[in-house]
Amino acid sequence: MDFLLDNFVALTVTGLSLGAIYALVALGYTLVYGVLQLINFAHSEVFMYGAFAATWTVYAMGGRAGASTGAVIGYLLAALVAAMAFSGLIALLLERVAYRRLRKQNAPRLIALISAIGASFALAELMGLRDKVADFLGLGETLRPYVRGARNSSGFPEIIDTTPLFTLGDYDVTNIDLLVITSALVMMLALDLFVARTRFGRGIRAVAQDPESASLMGVNSDRTVQLTFLLGGLMAGAAAVLYVVKIGSIRFDTGFLLGVKAFTAAVLGGIGNLRGALLGGFVLGLAENYGSALIGTEWRDVVAFTLLVVILLFRPTGLLGESLAKART
Amino acid sequence: MLRTTMTWRVAATTMAAGLLLTACGGTTSDEEEASDAAGGGCAVSLGFFGALTGDYAALGQNIKNGVQLAIDQYEGDCDVTLEEYDSQGSETAAPDLAKSAIDDDAVIGIVGPAFSGESAAAGPIFAQAGLPTITPSATAPTLAENGWETFFRMLGNDDTQGPAAAAYISDTIGSTSVFVMDDASEYGAGLAGIVEETLGDDVVGTDTIQLKADDFSSSVTKVTASGADTLFYGGYYPEAGRLIKQLRSGGFDGTFVTADGVKDPAYIEAGGSATEGTIITCPCVPPEDTPEFFDAYKQATGDVPGTYTAEGYDATNVFLAGIDDGALTREAMLEFVANFEGPGVTKEIAFDDKGEPTNVVVWAYKVEKGEIVADAEIPTS
Repeated sequence: MDFLLDNFVALTVTGLSLGAIYALVALGYTLVYGVLQLINFAHSEVFMYGAFAATWTVYAMGGRAGASTGAVIGYLLAALVAAMAFSGLIALLLERVAYRRLRKQNAPRLIALISAIGASFALAELMGLRDKVADFLGLGETLRPYVRGARNSSGFPEIIDTTPLFTLGDYDVTNIDLLVITSALVMMLALDLFVARTRFGRGIRAVAQDPESASLMGVNSDRTVQLTFLLGGLMAGAAAVLYVVKIGSIRFDTGFLLGVKAFTAAVLGGIGNLRGALLGGFVLGLAENYGSALIGTEWRDVVAFTLLVVILLFRPTGLLGESLAKART
Repeated sequence: MLRTTMTWRVAATTMAAGLLLTACGGTTSDEEEASDAAGGGCAVSLGFFGALTGDYAALGQNIKNGVQLAIDQYEGDCDVTLEEYDSQGSETAAPDLAKSAIDDDAVIGIVGPAFSGESAAAGPIFAQAGLPTITPSATAPTLAENGWETFFRMLGNDDTQGPAAAAYISDTIGSTSVFVMDDASEYGAGLAGIVEETLGDDVVGTDTIQLKADDFSSSVTKVTASGADTLFYGGYYPEAGRLIKQLRSGGFDGTFVTADGVKDPAYIEAGGSATEGTIITCPCVPPEDTPEFFDAYKQATGDVPGTYTAEGYDATNVFLAGIDDGALTREAMLEFVANFEGPGVTKEIAFDDKGEPTNVVVWAYKVEKGEIVADAEIPTS
């Protein structure tokens, strides 16, 4: 208890920055669920591919420790664009290959769920076997720096030197903490505005509310579904950049646990609710850190999931509960 | 719709035919090999048991390459073939693999199992069948306490590595405030427990992380809040790489000491420049200290030996010496290994009545300029 109180600020700031990443990934689950009532379990792989895209981009640009501030910003922006583009592409591909046929044939949701799990394994293993794939295509030598150690962690080039910016309580808030939390908030705000204010956003909300009426009113529901997957992918790409900056490395199977956590965050906040995903992410990140401090680090996940069960017992629809369809602008 | 079904049928038929062909091909070549082997004076097999694919394949491949080199260099009268038992490092796969090894009568010795967990699972089966095993890498002390007559170990266990790591922390680093952390695995928690016990009052805090965890922010806070100037971590390289990176960016600037489970280039890949200057203890001899083996290995594979490659080579040579001595059954081999005394590339080899090596060495390695290099031998009591 004393430990928690003595280090409250440190645990809060690092918990929030982890929660911000959960929240960005959670948005992908919540968006797709809101529109299709489908849990896209392969979303965690969309995130993982983005993290690799970010790592490879900075590596290819020759990013290393000691770069000037201007260069670092350049690297980060390039990584962000590459990760968002790649994640968005994978998300669209996923929709096309794993879901569209099932959706057209009105297959039961359970079938789509199984398809999602299958796609998740296929994508993760493809990344884990990328050295074999490259060898098979005869590109093994050319791509060596990108495919070597395919089953181990790939380190993100150390372009950012962690420096304390200002002191809050007795914790030195670092540039990375600040970068992660503010970028996540900005992305979230942008998405919220997009869904609330634009024509495409209105389409998404309309399809979420009633797909048939929406299409009668002239909303192209296929487009809308694609757009939903794309938005989720873009958010996952942004989360991926923040993840590699904060954690420092990525591995082909990282998506699994992070996906489960992000999904938890989405449910915690109320699945189908964008602001709920944000709140859920932050609550989960904080709960994990406070729980580790109070009970012990080995109980971290237990604390997180116990919290989920308790909250769902009292609020079965999650903290905010309100669905995407009913969201007011 | 009809067309689709037809296409699938054709594809399925083709695939089935292909499978059949492959299956036939496999059988033929097996028979040929068998008859070839029977043509020699005597034919026996040695097995390698460990991860050759999967997440921990790097360690298994290192050892297998040493085993392979020893067999390639062998010039005796017998035909010695290597049987590979790829466990992927999994405890659940180990018993079945062990059964298939004991069912093959030609196999008279096993190099492995490589990990402590799979050794614990497969050990009773080998013991029952009387098939001698020499592990080149499993370090859990309890493995030798089960009364398995077939268990032999080529390296010092964690009861020597743990105190040696503790001695290095107290004597060489001179630290009196140490934080001890582990990953709750059989190996990591066991080793960290021994270090903690040996250091006694110098331990200012402990923490346990989870395998595959990626964010360690609360652990980092615990370490920095404890004021420790040295941290010992018992675990494997994936977590160690992420941990040291986050410790450094979280403001911990003390010495990071860890053990053989981290001694792999993948640790530096994951941890980057944060790994610089970190200490890794290992009951293994630096490759530079075994120049003959080092050169032979480099010539044969074009690569430098990895962690425990030399131990795998030594273990295989014990079996090969047995074959030369006429120990062509499991019973004879077991007796030969138990009484073996002779020089190996890593140490003077001999086993005590529990199967532990009588000579053990523990070395401290250091990360310098992105490479794991030998630092100093740690005296063991």
